[in-house]
This record gives sequence, structure tokens and C-alpha cells, in this order.
Amino acid sequence: MDMRFSPEELAFRDEVREFIASNYPQELKGGARRSRGEMSKEDILRWHRILYKKGWIVPHWPVEYGGTGWTITQRYIWNEENARAETSPLLPFGLSMVGPVIYTFGNEEQKKRFLPGILSGDDWWCQGYSEPGSGSDLASLRTKAVRAKNEKDGDHYIVNGGKTWTTLAQFADWMFCLVRTDPNAKAQEGISFLLIDMKTPGITVRPIITMDGAHEVNEVFLEDVKVPAENLIGEENKGWTYAKFLLGNERSGIAGVARSKKAIERLKNIANAELIDGAPLMKTDEFSRKVAELEIDLSALEVTELRTLAAESKGRGPGPEASILKIKGTEIQQRITELAVEAVGNYAMVQAPRMEATGNEFVPGPDYSTGTAQDYFNMRKTSIYGGSNEIQHNIIAKMVLGL
Amino acid sequence: MDFSFTEEQTLLRNTVQSLLADKYDFDTRRKVTKTADGWRPEMWAQFAELGLLAAPFSEELGGLGGGAIENMIVMEEFGRHLVVEPYVETVVIAGGFLREGGTAAQQEALIPGIVGGETVWAFAYAEPQGRYNLADLTTTAKKDGSGYTINGYKAVVLGAPWAQKLIVTARTSGGQRDRDGVSVFIVDKSAAGVSTRDYPTVDGRRASEITFENVKVGADALIGAEGKGLPLVEKITDEAIAALSAEAIGCMKELNTATVEYCKTRKQFGVPIGKFQVLQHRMVDMFMAHEQSVSMTYMVNLKLGESDVERTKAAAGAKVQIGKAGRFVGQQAVQLHGGMGMTDELNVGHYFKRLTMIDTQFGNVDHQLKRYSEAA
Repeated sequence: MDMRFSPEELAFRDEVREFIASNYPQELKGGARRSRGEMSKEDILRWHRILYKKGWIVPHWPVEYGGTGWTITQRYIWNEENARAETSPLLPFGLSMVGPVIYTFGNEEQKKRFLPGILSGDDWWCQGYSEPGSGSDLASLRTKAVRAKNEKDGDHYIVNGGKTWTTLAQFADWMFCLVRTDPNAKAQEGISFLLIDMKTPGITVRPIITMDGAHEVNEVFLEDVKVPAENLIGEENKGWTYAKFLLGNERSGIAGVARSKKAIERLKNIANAELIDGAPLMKTDEFSRKVAELEIDLSALEVTELRTLAAESKGRGPGPEASILKIKGTEIQQRITELAVEAVGNYAMVQAPRMEATGNEFVPGPDYSTGTAQDYFNMRKTSIYGGSNEIQHNIIAKMVLGL
Repeated sequence: MDFSFTEEQTLLRNTVQSLLADKYDFDTRRKVTKTADGWRPEMWAQFAELGLLAAPFSEELGGLGGGAIENMIVMEEFGRHLVVEPYVETVVIAGGFLREGGTAAQQEALIPGIVGGETVWAFAYAEPQGRYNLADLTTTAKKDGSGYTINGYKAVVLGAPWAQKLIVTARTSGGQRDRDGVSVFIVDKSAAGVSTRDYPTVDGRRASEITFENVKVGADALIGAEGKGLPLVEKITDEAIAALSAEAIGCMKELNTATVEYCKTRKQFGVPIGKFQVLQHRMVDMFMAHEQSVSMTYMVNLKLGESDVERTKAAAGAKVQIGKAGRFVGQQAVQLHGGMGMTDELNVGHYFKRLTMIDTQFGNVDHQLKRYSEAA
């Protein structure tokens, strides 16, 4: 057993570090700290486009579709370095979700048509999975697609229903959507995977404002939306297979170890700057113990993730063990933001202005206190989305423990 | 032993309940907090008209003869409706300072304005470097003829944008964190040299940063004895903590009711999610957290008149309990409501935000734990 990086891997790390240092836009520095709900479309895409030019936009894809051919360890290093530099995270919808579904299950035409736009960032994708009332019980979805054929419209589906929690749909060009094509089949068996052009008539996007004040998610209403049959991925009624494949991808990387490390570093900086009776908060027993516990939990998670990665590089998993990463990773992320609120004291009460603010708003307190409470409120979502943490417990109970 | 309320107290609760049921539904509250002012002066006038602002004052002071329990009743109901109007700042804190430390002349001049709803107050005590240490003051008040000149800076003064008058703590002597040398003043917000910068808080209220630059006040602005103000400040902030505890149990009560209701009706995998044992146990823990908080809230409100040590332990203990319970209940209520719990549209997130801020006000769990263990 060996947990250290090889000299080649260290050299790779230096190359990556240097590339990020000289190419990440100065104006976006600290971008990882801003909620996507308060960034512009162009800001979110800037780092994407730079990486696309460099050829590093999809290290996790097969080389034939644009991947870099990096080992799993190199990919890990890549993620670490991005977190270290606090680059703004790339959107997963095209790169990690629908892209792999298309190159794995799509036909040649679909690959040719959709993959280039995903890589370049010219097409913005959103995810049409959740529905009002479905929550973690994804298979209960009711959005209906009826296949029809006529001379004027050709072979197509008519889609009716609605999706919710659709992240950044307000910017999307395309939506990958789970629809029910066989209402009589069992819950998971009558579902298909459709790609829908967001400009199609009958689609309405309505914002959902979250409690931190951000506009990150939306409701999407679909009313008699006509979708060409060639936008069906794979086979009709087999969509659940593709959806599960996609969810597997979603869960990897959800641990967020490297970013949590950075966040703890920032938390310590705050706690060193905040004084209690003239001495740093970080020097108090209570606070330093909480930070230490957090760091220890995070190192355990880091090695657990490395073990999962190692197993994956030998062709196993990520199995239900990925649920550990989701549960522990999100708990740690939430605790960090919770401690940040504790650390900043009275200034946690200040409401930070939103992106659409004029810039002339008065924001009191030290810079590091701005938005700490909103981050804390926003991070409550992580134990709810992507299959709630309760569902992840069920998965481990059933799949690992056999209960 | 008797934990029941008197007829008058029950009547008071009914009065608050019916007013808020009528005028303080969640959607209205949400709209109001997004306006430029962020509150409703006409609501304040209603509170005055119904006698809420007079409830905790003795009859000699022009009140209705109540005390801490009346504050508790009002604040619990306010918590259930997320009332933003500055009852704690004006009635509990400013009223408390005047009652406990005010001269007969000050009481006579100022309490009618509180009771009648004409004057709104804010409490300018915290400073950026001080965190929750009430004695950590760089704001100074220097003797100037018969009066004083105040210079300094106060942070996150809740309710100040709505206030006409301020209670200000300042150092008249001693080192930055000495217990001796703290004095308490009444300052008009409109006095020359007072400047404010206003901003919204995350729980939908308003606060100000306040600068005092050579602000002149007369001798009659001093509350209590010069340099001996800290014990009074501690007593009154404990009264505020007792009131905030009541507000917190109101918030928790609403969250628990809403969560249980939701879990009974919300179906997943073909059954109401409330049928899942893991969620049932979670809701039982939320229920117990609320009951324990109610107990601590009663306890602190009953012990405000005891010795300093007893009162300190009661207040610190209650603050620890509501800080932890508020966090637990708030987080779980959001979690069990799923995505809906994250939205601005649903009241759940707003209760959670308010509970989070109640933990911060006057010292969070860590601060109060330390205070508790040092008090014994």
C-alpha cells in the first residue's frame, strides 16, 4: 500500500498548478465561494471555455470523445488543484451527466450533433428529472410523452407535464428529460430519456427563489411540447437504465473533499481574525476542537474517497459505497458553513446584496463575514438533493448490509 | 408548583393570537419585509392600542401590571408569526432599562412613549471587536460640563432604522474590557453627531451601523450610576434572552406542527413519508427539543428576579438550549420538507433563518456555555 504520489504525478501536479495560475481569470478569483445563483451566465462559462481551448474540459471522458486520457489519480490531482485555486466549478449537466449518456447510449448522429456543443459550452444543458411531488422517489414521475406520426410533423413525441428544481434552466438551450412513455408499465419500466430543445413552443420556465435569496432553480412547465423522435436516447421505455447510469456519475465527486479542505482553511483564517477579548477565536478550546473534529472527519472521508477511486481504477464500483461519500461529504460541507456563521459573530446577521444589486449597497463587517449565513442556508440543500441523505442511508442498508 | 396562566394572561395570549391571525399571515409578512421600510408602523400602533406595549409594565409606570411572563406570552406568539416589529428592543430592553435603572423623571418622561407606541427604541451595545462581551467597549463618554460627549462605533444595531431613541453603552472610565467604568445613556437618534448606515438582516429585519462623533448629551441621559452600568446591562440582556427564548419556542412550535402535517400527507414510494420510522424518530426528537426549550423558557422567565448568579445561569442555560434546539429543529424541518423547505415561498426556511439569528443574538451556544460554567 502506498498513498504518496509518484514523481510523474508530482510533475503533473506542477504542470496543472502552473496552468491554473496563469490562465484562471483574475476577475473570477474566489469564484468557488460564490453561489451559482448569483453569477451571470458568462461568468459561469468563462473557465469552461478556457479549459475547452486547452483540451482539458472532460478529463473523465474516453479519449475518442475528447477525454485527456489521464489516470484516475491524475484526475484526482486535477480536482485538487482546482479546489486549491478556488476556480469556479464547472456545470455538471452537460459534462458529467448528459454527455456520458449520449456517448454511451446515443447513436452516431446524436453524438455528432450534441457532443461538440457540450464540449465547447455553446449548449447549456439542464436536467429534467425531478417533478413536483416526486422528490427522491424519482420513478414516480408523471410527465407524459405520447408518440405520434403524421405527414406534417413526422415522427415525434408530444410532451405534457412539469419539472422542478431545474438548476439554471433560465439559461438552458437543452434539457435532458425523463418522460413516461408507457403509463401502464411498472413505475421504472415505462420511462424514456428525451432531449428537448428549450426553444420549443410550450415550454415555460418559472424561477424558484431559495431561502438564501438566490435564483438557482426553476420550475419548467411543458405543454404540448413537440419533440422529434430522433431526440430519444436509446430505446423507448428503457430510460431508467440511462437515468441510473447518469445518477451514478452524479454521485462520484459529490464528496467535495478538496473544496472542503479549502473551506476549512478559510474558516481557520476567519477564526484567527475574529478576536474574543483580544485573543483569536481559533485559540479557544471550544472552537479549535470543533475545527479539529471537522478536519479529522474530512481526512477519513478523503481516504475513503481514495479507496473508492482505487477500486474504481481496478474496474470496480462506484457501488453503493458512493453513498458514504454523499452522506459524509455533505455533512462536512454543512458543518463548515455552520461554523463560519458561529465564527463571524454578530455580522452573520447581515444580508449580503444579490448579484442584481447596484453595487452601492452598504455591507458592514469584515469582507469574510459577507454572505456566511446565506452560504449556510444554501448548503442545507446538499443533504436533500441528489437523493436525500435519508435515501442514501437506505441504499447502504439495503445494498451493503443486506437489510 | 403551578405552571398555569392567569385569566388575564390567557386573555393577553388570545388578544395577540387573534390580532396576528388576522393581520400577520405569512404572505403579508413576506411582502412587508421586502419593502423599503421592512416593517409596519401601523402594526405597532395596533400593538399599542391593544395594550401589548403596556403589558409588562407595572401600573405605577403606566402599564397593565404584568412582567416577564407577559413578555413571554407576547413573544411566543410573535415567534409563531415571525413578527419583525421591535418589541424586544423597545419594550423589553429600553423598557427594562428605564424600569430598573431610570430615575422617576426619566420613567415619567419616556415610558408613556413606549406604552403609547409613539417611540421606538434600539439597543446600541455591540462593537465589532467585542463579539458578545458586553464590557468590551471602545465607545467613550467623556464628562463635559454637566453632561457627556460620546464618541464611538456600534455594530449590528437591530431595529435602529425604525428607532427614534437609542440606549447606548459607553465607557466613562477604565480599560477596554474592565467591568467597572461602563455607563448607559439615552441618545436621540436625531442628535447632532449620530450617523447611521442601514441594511437588511438575513431574517428579514433591519439593522444599522452607528457612528457617534462628539455627540453631546445632558446629565439626564445617564441611566443608573456612572461607571456602574454593567450589572444593569447584564440583567437587561438576560431579560432580552428570556424574551428571545419565548420567540424561539414559538418558531419551533410552528416548524414542528408544519413538519408533522407535511410528513402525514407527503407521499413517496406509495406511502406518506411519516410512515418511515427513521423520520418518525426524527420528529420525536424535534418534539422533545421543543418541550425542553419550553421548560427552559419558563424557567428563565421565572428566575429573572433572582440573584445575579441564579439569573445568569438560567439565562445562559436557556440560551444554550434554544440555540441547540433551534438549530436542530430548523435544520430538520428544512430537511424533512425536502426541496420545498429550501424555498423562499414556504415559511419553513424563514423560521429556520430566524432561529439561526436568535442563536447569534446576545451570544451563541459556545459563548453561553462558557458564561454558564463561569457563573457557578
